[in-house]
Amino acid sequence: MSEDRFDVIIVGAGPAGSTAAYILAGAGKEVLLIERGDEPGAKNMTGGRLYGHSLEKIIPGFAQEAPLERRIVKETVSFLTSDTSVSFDLQSELLGSGGKESYSVLRAEFDCWLAKKAEKAGAILVTGIRVDDLFMEEGRVKGVIAGEDIMEAGVVILADGVNSLLAQKIGMKQELKPHQAAVGAKEIIELPGEVIEDRFNLHEGEGAARLFVGDCTKGRIGGGFLYTNKKSISLGLVFTLSDLQSWEKTVPEMVEDFKHHPAVSPLIKGGRTLEYSAHLVPEAGYSMIPKLYGDGVVVVGDAAGFVINIGYMVRGMDLAIASGEAAAKAIISAHDVYTTQALSRYRKLLEESFVIRDLKQYSKFPAFLNNKRIFNEYPQLIAELMTDFFSVDGSPVPPMMKRILKPVKKVGLMKVASDVWKGVRAL
Amino acid sequence: MMKRMGVEEKLGLNKFLLDEGNPHIKINKEICRACTGKPCLVACPASLYTLKEEEIGFDYAGCLECGTCRIICPKPGAIDWSYPRGTFGVAYRYG
Ligand SMILES: Cc1cc2nc3c(=O)[nH]c(=O)nc-3n(C[C@H](O)[C@H](O)[C@H](O)COP(=O)(O)OP(=O)(O)OC[C@H]3O[C@@H](n4cnc5c(N)ncnc54)[C@H](O)[C@@H]3O)c2cc1C
Ligand code: SF4
Ligand code: SF4
Repeated sequence: MSEDRFDVIIVGAGPAGSTAAYILAGAGKEVLLIERGDEPGAKNMTGGRLYGHSLEKIIPGFAQEAPLERRIVKETVSFLTSDTSVSFDLQSELLGSGGKESYSVLRAEFDCWLAKKAEKAGAILVTGIRVDDLFMEEGRVKGVIAGEDIMEAGVVILADGVNSLLAQKIGMKQELKPHQAAVGAKEIIELPGEVIEDRFNLHEGEGAARLFVGDCTKGRIGGGFLYTNKKSISLGLVFTLSDLQSWEKTVPEMVEDFKHHPAVSPLIKGGRTLEYSAHLVPEAGYSMIPKLYGDGVVVVGDAAGFVINIGYMVRGMDLAIASGEAAAKAIISAHDVYTTQALSRYRKLLEESFVIRDLKQYSKFPAFLNNKRIFNEYPQLIAELMTDFFSVDGSPVPPMMKRILKPVKKVGLMKVASDVWKGVRAL
Repeated sequence: MMKRMGVEEKLGLNKFLLDEGNPHIKINKEICRACTGKPCLVACPASLYTLKEEEIGFDYAGCLECGTCRIICPKPGAIDWSYPRGTFGVAYRYG
């Protein structure tokens, strides 16, 4: 027996791990939170937007103290061809209020803040330590191994993110397959705050979120994103790995093309790139949920695949936070008996929360996105239609119906109707 | 017009602490030789996989620790992948 026995050891100080640590320490548990980065957040990247609802429940009024960038009040989805962009734009005060607030965030700062909250609540945070393995005895998880050290605990929470090598090692999770993950590559581009506000039509403190479909991924499954921060822009692309097998261009070249697209380059004009990052997104949602608990162990956040990606919206951080909360509550109510049976309450709490409900709701969406027409023919169709509507060159104007049907017929009327139907059903 | 940035220039902006002589990712070139698609070449967001005279080369310096290569690689055993030891590797200042 070593002397460092904790009630709970948490691997990974991302939003899932730090939330669990915060709640458990607050309930009087002895908690060790281990992070491989030099600081929490140093290894983490996200698109950029935290839906605030789940953290608000745990830390009411968190937006007053957390290092958030901008409150999002404007949503834009753009369909791109190589020379055209058609956008759907929504700006509303209602978006950023009444429990629906969402904020752009930068993870280096945000994760540090949340981990410090856990520390203040009494958790012990150690950084710069990579957990190499789980310490097992009689078929149950009894702690973690880092280098030569064994640290023991009543229960271990795996909050180690999308790759979760630890959950794989003990057979709770299969290795991800290329269709179950996407890679995101992003740049932070520095711009003065006033320039951002002028360019995106925002008041001080307000932010915009933009998503792009079509030419930015050269018609492959994926998309582009842009979030405004206080003094920078987060701009990047996401590609599903199974559709990235045989390409003429590399991922960083595609990011460069995206920056130079005629609809994007004016948005970042004069900006200076400060950082280039990449990270995986688990994509298969409900269908890839692994074994969530076992004797002495639970899996939370990205490690459990809790991400909803429905093209115009990516949600992972709010699910990570809520799953960290559910794990903490299940552990508290297990009263120091961390058997599979006792920890099954974790699954129950997830099912009662929005986490499993929303994952289920969108469970058909990953399959729907597999339809290549969404990324090829449709952006083209919309661009042709809209360009036609707004073009005047003195030649005879055909009747409206004809103008609509011409590009639609190129794809096939039945196909369009059936895709629209499937899309609506998947949502 | 904005200047195009090469991947080295992008990576040059990041903060890294290289674990000298201790690569966290190793490849087995024998296995790579039989790989026809070589998806690692396009998919690695840091373009650390390169092809020289038909042979795959790999440099772990500049790795963003994403895991893409491990998942997209079709040949079991070609890539031996782990995170760098604690404190080493990329350190995002923004994220
Ligand atoms: C490109 C992109 C865009 C996204 N956009 C959004 C968005 O707009 N909104 C949204 O809500 N979500 C978004 N997401 C998803 C979101 O970022 C994740 O769902 C969320 O970060 C998951 O949190 P987590 O705590 O589960 O895991 P992570 O944040 O990945 O944290 C895991 C932690 O564990 C540590 N760790 C891993 N292994 C070890 C080990 N062996 N030892 C010690 N420490 C270890 C890591 O260093 C890390 O700090 C996006 C993701 C990507 C990649
Ligand atoms: S994909 Fe895998 S096997 Fe193929 S060349 Fe790359 S590392 Fe080698
Ligand atoms: S982990 Fe990511 S950045 Fe590192 S070599 Fe693999 S694909 Fe490239």
